[in-house]
Amino acid sequence: MTRDEVRQAIVDILGDIAPDEDMSSLKDDVTLREQMDLDSMDFLDIVMELRKRFNVEVPESDYQELVSMTSCIQYLQPLLKDHQLAS
Amino acid sequence: MNNQVYPEERIVITGIGLTAPNGNNLKEFRDNLLAGKSGVQKFKTRYVGEVLAGVCDFDALKYQKKKELRRGTRVGSISIYCCREAFSDSGIDLESIDRSRVGVYLGVTEHGNVETENEIYNISKYDYDTKYWSHHHNPRTVANNPAGEVTLNMKITGPHYTIGAACAAGNMGVIQGLQMLRLGEVDIALAGGVSESIHTFGIFASFKSEGALAEHEDPTKASRPFDKNRNGIVCSEGGGVYILERLSDAKKRKAKIYGEIVGYATNSDAFDFILPEPGRQAECIRLALSKAGLKPKDIDILNAHATATQLGDIQECKAIRDVFGGEKGIWINNTKSFIGHTMGAAGTLELSGNLPAFEDGLVHPTLNLDNLDPECYLENIVSDKPKQLDKVNYIMNNSFGMFGINSVLIVKRYKN
Repeated sequence: MTRDEVRQAIVDILGDIAPDEDMSSLKDDVTLREQMDLDSMDFLDIVMELRKRFNVEVPESDYQELVSMTSCIQYLQPLLKDHQLAS
Repeated sequence: MNNQVYPEERIVITGIGLTAPNGNNLKEFRDNLLAGKSGVQKFKTRYVGEVLAGVCDFDALKYQKKKELRRGTRVGSISIYCCREAFSDSGIDLESIDRSRVGVYLGVTEHGNVETENEIYNISKYDYDTKYWSHHHNPRTVANNPAGEVTLNMKITGPHYTIGAACAAGNMGVIQGLQMLRLGEVDIALAGGVSESIHTFGIFASFKSEGALAEHEDPTKASRPFDKNRNGIVCSEGGGVYILERLSDAKKRKAKIYGEIVGYATNSDAFDFILPEPGRQAECIRLALSKAGLKPKDIDILNAHATATQLGDIQECKAIRDVFGGEKGIWINNTKSFIGHTMGAAGTLELSGNLPAFEDGLVHPTLNLDNLDPECYLENIVSDKPKQLDKVNYIMNNSFGMFGINSVLIVKRYKN
């Protein structure tokens, strides 16, 4: 997956978890929580969806890596390098 | 304890919110009951395949965000819709009241089956690895879920819980609300019953194994209480919730009053898991009459539980004949012939469909009663078309459930 594809994969997941939000205005360097109505159960949903869609395990100690889009991409790109987006 | 109690206070219905398979508000529902319009249709369910069911089509996004729908349950959504609609109907401004004095009391037949089945199906796609089991499962399946979702949505901080009472639950929610108003625990009770039953395959499969799941090539003819050719229950979803208030409060705010709950009773057969016992049912009806200070002949409309199972209908008719036998002025109908069995919602929905009779004097009919089973013979069953009465003063609603849980409500035309 390219960087853009990783970003798109995260946007897809966030769009499903927070269907009322406008994903097009998401700023990559601002924390997700500042821009979206997300709570701890939603973050667990992100972790669950990464597990389901890409078989990626995010250990609890790494949850802070999912704080913003930029940090998500940095953390996930190596883990998703062998994945296709169209799943 | 310095809580003020109101043991003698009259309790009135001042708002109604509902969704039924044939209507998403009281007017639609009533119009369809008078017009003979069924809400039963074909429905696909997991594993069991095509079944017949009563399906609701209310707009869930009217009061909830998409995210709330995703996180919550179908019955939570039904509950929120009904409670919001009841408030809107009552004319009470939610923003201007003390929401710590509002209680949410919702009857449920069952809860959690839908969500548990969904999770098991979900992990079946992952070789039953439980790390794919959702963290939402517990909040979705706690027994207070439907009422709890209402409190989150409406920011109600008073008490909330569900009343588990099989198919008597709708009446039991109303009884609970009435009792809490008299105990002074709350000033407004959101009381009624709700059901998401059609989204669990288990309820269909279990009734089928019991030989009690209705089948008919025409879905609208499948639910046929008291008919010789009845062959079981049509499972349905739905919700019915009342705003209940003490009369003094309702008068203070010049509320529209649908009726006064003057009698209620609940008891137990102590007899069988599923087979009803007419002796205890008759006792329950008599107890409700006695609490209301009424004689059988005072009742104008009796809405029977009438599930369309072979034995259930016969047993209920024995109880009704025992109490009302020989009385000419009691008109009997049922609602399940239109919408199937809405389980937890049945009691409240079925009573709701009759309350407008205080205004228009019409007894809505029973559908699909082509050949009355002699064992279900009752005087004055209203069939096919509505019956016009001069005046309706008292409506009785029966709701009975598994383990012999019996409930009866009597509502009186409101008089100052």
